[in-house]
Amino acid sequence: MRGWKARIGIAGKKRRPVPNSQATANSGPDGGEHGENHDHPSYLRHHFHSVEQQADAANFAMWIFLATEAMFFGGLFTAYLVYRNWYFPAFVAGSHQLNVIWGTLNTVVLILSSFTMAMGVWCAETGRRRGLVLCLSLTFVLGIGFLGIKGIEYREKIEKHHFPGLQYNLSSFLDPQSDPDVFKQYHDKPLSLDMARHTEIYFSLYFAMTGMHALHMIVGIGVLGFMIFRARAGAYTSGHVTFVENFGLYWHFVDIVWIYLFALLYLISRH
Amino acid sequence: MSTNTIVSLPDQSTATLPKDNYLNREYGLLSWLLTKDHKRIAILYMVSLSFFFAIGGAMAGLIRLELLTPQSSLMSSDTYNKVFTMHGVIMIFLFLVPSVPATLGNFFIPMMIGAKDLALPRINLLSWYLYVLGGILVLYTMISGGVDTGWTFTTPLSTHYVNTNVISTCMAVFIAGFSSIFTGLNFLVTIHKMRAPGMTWFRLPLFVWAHYAASVQMVLATPVVAIAITLLMLERTVGIGIFDPTKGGDPLLFQHLFWFYSHPAVYIMILPGMGVISEVISTFSRKRVFGYKAVAFSSVAIAVFGFFVWAHHMFIMGISNYAVLVFSLLSMLVAVPSAIKVFNWSFTLYKGSITFEAPMLYAFGFLGLFTIGGMSGVFLGTAGTDIHLTETYFIVAHFHFVMVGGMLMAFLAGIHFWWPKMTGRMYPAKLSQMAAVVTFIGFNLTFFPQFILGMLGMPRRYASYPPEFQALNVLSTAGASILGIGYLLSVLYLLWSLKYGEVAGDNPWQATGLEWQCQSPPLTENFTEMPIMDHEAYDYAWLESKNRDSRKEEAPSAE
Repeated sequence: MRGWKARIGIAGKKRRPVPNSQATANSGPDGGEHGENHDHPSYLRHHFHSVEQQADAANFAMWIFLATEAMFFGGLFTAYLVYRNWYFPAFVAGSHQLNVIWGTLNTVVLILSSFTMAMGVWCAETGRRRGLVLCLSLTFVLGIGFLGIKGIEYREKIEKHHFPGLQYNLSSFLDPQSDPDVFKQYHDKPLSLDMARHTEIYFSLYFAMTGMHALHMIVGIGVLGFMIFRARAGAYTSGHVTFVENFGLYWHFVDIVWIYLFALLYLISRH
Repeated sequence: MSTNTIVSLPDQSTATLPKDNYLNREYGLLSWLLTKDHKRIAILYMVSLSFFFAIGGAMAGLIRLELLTPQSSLMSSDTYNKVFTMHGVIMIFLFLVPSVPATLGNFFIPMMIGAKDLALPRINLLSWYLYVLGGILVLYTMISGGVDTGWTFTTPLSTHYVNTNVISTCMAVFIAGFSSIFTGLNFLVTIHKMRAPGMTWFRLPLFVWAHYAASVQMVLATPVVAIAITLLMLERTVGIGIFDPTKGGDPLLFQHLFWFYSHPAVYIMILPGMGVISEVISTFSRKRVFGYKAVAFSSVAIAVFGFFVWAHHMFIMGISNYAVLVFSLLSMLVAVPSAIKVFNWSFTLYKGSITFEAPMLYAFGFLGLFTIGGMSGVFLGTAGTDIHLTETYFIVAHFHFVMVGGMLMAFLAGIHFWWPKMTGRMYPAKLSQMAAVVTFIGFNLTFFPQFILGMLGMPRRYASYPPEFQALNVLSTAGASILGIGYLLSVLYLLWSLKYGEVAGDNPWQATGLEWQCQSPPLTENFTEMPIMDHEAYDYAWLESKNRDSRKEEAPSAE
């Protein structure tokens, strides 16, 4: 009957070994509990014990945020999976309307921008201010370049009335020969009216997925602009590299999403 | 020997309010609107949540008033549709989802784990602003003509057939959703990275465990509803066709994506409430929570199972029979960890030294009502009975038992439990106990008749009903007014106590959490020195020996 009380009585006296964060908190020159007199860098926020804890927390937060982003795009990928299984011929025909050359070029641009971003993180970690500004600026330019190419592609689709909605035009799918550029390349057979209608689903997904991706690019480019401005003032090259690192993670994530989109949307019938 | 865990409550008459605390360190509106202190943000949340709860409650009042008579006499059917939609949207997205996490969780998680603040204070403030923005959009929707799709935004009704403000409501849900994601993200990072020395995972209060599980769901489920309603908005505005059957799109896909969030959302709502109940029941029965690890892991189990049961909302919507079978089975599985919790709370009470302060009364209310709500869920998770009961008042009664009887009771239990810590003052004991009883009676009178109405086949979401249902509806409306009085009573005496309440002292309930070991109201930085956790959670023997030590220290000076 008194078993649990006895257990608690024992437990109350037991002291667990003190974890490391205690040691770091007390490891300052004065060994004080708080360490107000510590030689703290100015960027250490008041509620953290140490720079390591702060960087750790920010990094962990970024990974969780990327998990939410993965779930966000996951909804779109689910929709893609379902409809691609249902309407495969329509998806092939829709995919043939995309310009693989522009798509490949854009993939290269984005991978390059990931490389410059990674170099930027390295520059920040090794205290190279001018290198950092250069890398971030290159990333910025490549990002804009990606959006520019995406814009050209969007314009092609809109001009051919392949943007979903009231203006949507089925002629490229009902009568492929009316669309000589694409027909020359793929020699598609005409689709039945029902299946041709489903190409609108393909383009709905195309615009939704690449649009959401582009939105993430725009946000990223905005943050890059802010970072270039701050990096010129030397904000990230004096030890406080967390922000650059975390932004790097975001940028690579957006890049990876594009790799998937490229494969799923552009390369459907290629083996 | 065995009496040493029965703690005599401290003498409150000598307690004084601490001169320096988080409430009076800074003054002025800006010191609140730009604050990064988790405690102040919690108060901001509490004020704004109460505001929206009042509006949502007023809507509920209108619904019950309309249902007093079989005809649609107070308002037209169109208005009725808008009123119940607004009630749902406000109560779910602006009250239930953020209720306990954003107020009590925000305030107490850092204190319970011995941290000075949440890991990301600026994100915390941002999440409040997002919440307010979402709330303003809902208010805008309301005054500019409302929305009548129901809170589920079912396609193609919401995309093609209604002319009400679907877009602004969806924007509001989207933005409020991000507020919830940021709250969850903040909790996860804080619980992982900010624990005080010695605060191991199995020394965390169960309140923290429950919030951890709920946060995982917030972070992983909310983005899915975000993309679902984004696609809905795109379909309504630019005309993409992902959910449009005329183009080969499938409205059922929207349901899948929507319920992939909205089912975990009910666990986002209830898990933090369960955390509160663990704290309250342990404190007022002076016992460690029975089966600490089982209760902790059952929170995680609920979070995991919660992701795999969403299609039980869709049994009659044309999903395959095999899917129905699988989701029915999985839904039963989720009952297991919930039952583990209820049994363990009951065993905690067994041979405990129980006292009946207001928070404990609310917790008892939770235990009974949540159990009834959960059991009625088994009827709905069973495919055969679900076909008869779905879209009837049985459903309405079921989720109100879980959400109002469970969650709201837990919220009130938590508010009453931590009120002295948050404000430094005590509310009138007798009055608060009375309010708890009134709320309990009012609640049962309101919602129990709805189970019977549902069994008899009264459909939900109609302004009018056959006259033979009137007696039970009148009973329900009468109950709702008693429930309203109960809530109003608590609001009144809680506000009264802010100025006139007795000074509470640091630890009026003699609870063991770290948050009770510092002054009330707490300092802006929570602790004067970094706490070191050297005992298990809910260790009343430790508390007793600590009290004995402090009495010994005081004794010589008194002589």
